[in-house]
Amino acid sequence: MSAAELSKPIVIHGRGIVPGVAEAEALVTRETISGWGGVNPMKGEIIETRHELVGQSFAGKVLLFRGAKGSSGWSAIFHFARLAGTAPAAMLFVDMTAKAALGAVVTHAPTVTDFETDPFSVIETGDRVRVDGGRGIVEVWKQ
Amino acid sequence: MLRLTPEEEAMASGAHGKAAEKAMDLLIRYANALGAERFVETHNVAGVPGSAPQWLKDQYSQDGGDYRAVFCKFDLDADDVFDIPAMTGNACHLQGGMDPELWREQGYSREAFENAQSDEKKTAALNIKNLKTCTPYLAGNEPKFGEHCAWMESSAVVYCNSVLGARTNTEGRESTSAAMITHRVPDWGFHRDEFRLGNHLVEVAVSVNNIFEWGMLGYYIGEIVQEEIPVIDGAISNAGLAELKHFGAAAASSGGVEMYHLVGVTPEAPTREKAFGGNQIKSRIRYGADERRKTYDNLNIRGKSTDVDYVMLGCPHAAIDQIEEATRLLDGKKLNDGTALWIFTSRYVKAEAQAKGYVDIIKQAGGLVMTDTCSAIAQSVPKGTKVVALDSAKQTHYLPAFLGIEAWFGTTEDCIHAALTGKWRGELS
Repeated sequence: MSAAELSKPIVIHGRGIVPGVAEAEALVTRETISGWGGVNPMKGEIIETRHELVGQSFAGKVLLFRGAKGSSGWSAIFHFARLAGTAPAAMLFVDMTAKAALGAVVTHAPTVTDFETDPFSVIETGDRVRVDGGRGIVEVWKQ
Repeated sequence: MLRLTPEEEAMASGAHGKAAEKAMDLLIRYANALGAERFVETHNVAGVPGSAPQWLKDQYSQDGGDYRAVFCKFDLDADDVFDIPAMTGNACHLQGGMDPELWREQGYSREAFENAQSDEKKTAALNIKNLKTCTPYLAGNEPKFGEHCAWMESSAVVYCNSVLGARTNTEGRESTSAAMITHRVPDWGFHRDEFRLGNHLVEVAVSVNNIFEWGMLGYYIGEIVQEEIPVIDGAISNAGLAELKHFGAAAASSGGVEMYHLVGVTPEAPTREKAFGGNQIKSRIRYGADERRKTYDNLNIRGKSTDVDYVMLGCPHAAIDQIEEATRLLDGKKLNDGTALWIFTSRYVKAEAQAKGYVDIIKQAGGLVMTDTCSAIAQSVPKGTKVVALDSAKQTHYLPAFLGIEAWFGTTEDCIHAALTGKWRGELS
């Protein structure tokens, strides 16, 4: 494969729900994330006892996750993370809930959902990802 | 495509003032994110409007660093600060802050207490009821069947939808504060008939008959169905208020359950067929002895030392009959030296418990009945706590994750026994 082919991204289309463009390394979990009680917003760290990402930080990453669960404090926790500078650079999720929608809106991070292709089949932790939340376009460079 | 009524257009354009304009702006962004096509009117909103600890106020020090600044910039996600008008509908403040009398025991400073008192006065002045509980339905706010609500607090949301048959999504702080001002919330999810039908069938094969068993059943189901709707049938009994409160709270913590149907018990499930309403059954889930054992072990995964220094009851806030049960188990006895007992409830239920003499009996035994908050919300436990005993699957899910302490989950009786002896002896019978 040529260098040009290697640098050509895989493109996934979805519905952009929070505008803006961000590019960063991906952090992926097929599990849902609990906001209040599942995230320490001062560190952007997952703290839920039996979560597969426990101890890891999403600060500055493109966070691909299944959806939101748990407390109604979900939006406020991600809102706190925004104020603390530990929010994800962008968010991608597949299960729409009121918690996840409101959380994405107040986090102000470019966000895409309702994908035409299953993003979990394409994006792995560590991949380089650019999210255009206005146009609903996700570009993925495999690492 | 979101369509606005003329009144909503007027609010969004600023014709009804800056607060309504900014609240509509947030709600429109939120409705578009959901993919909602319209708003529904709501006159029953439960949130945590404007109240904030000092560190959050300090984030907005350039805007005055006060209640108003937090309400505008955090709650309404606005970029400037303006006056908030008094609310005209049924708006209430859920749990938060600290006990108005026992705040010292909870580890708060006088400054923090005065800050909370100041917020409470501001909330009251805006015509928002300070119910200060996660159980508004036990404290005077019980919406009627079919009523559109905008509620926070996942355990209250699941109770509102499932047991009362009223309609709410799990709203957040920002959307509830905006809904108090505009009386609008996106017409999406649980406001719509088709969304309220069951997806999964749960067949209960072991006897589920008290808050301990109901809590485990909820915890097991939530982890499997996540945010979808389970229809539960089988060996369920004693589905009383406290049992349903614990069941829903657990299912909303291990997963995101916002509604469930109990066949023959809850109002939208007179039969199994009605509960599914033509929906395909996505999965059949069995809850038998093995599943019950696994759930118990998962909940006790952070229990190591059997020396218990703290027992916490009242998650969600205790109903009067739960305080009565604790009182009966404690009457005439004394807590172990070095073990504390805090029971959390609403101000409303505490007043009732005081009138019945329960608060005094618990105090004579060495325990305290507290209001407004709980250990997980306040992240407050008695000084030096290493091992806590709990009768709530929800609190067991959250508290050890927050505070890095060990936790045991068991029956209310196991917990009171631990408070009296300092030893955990709970096991699955």
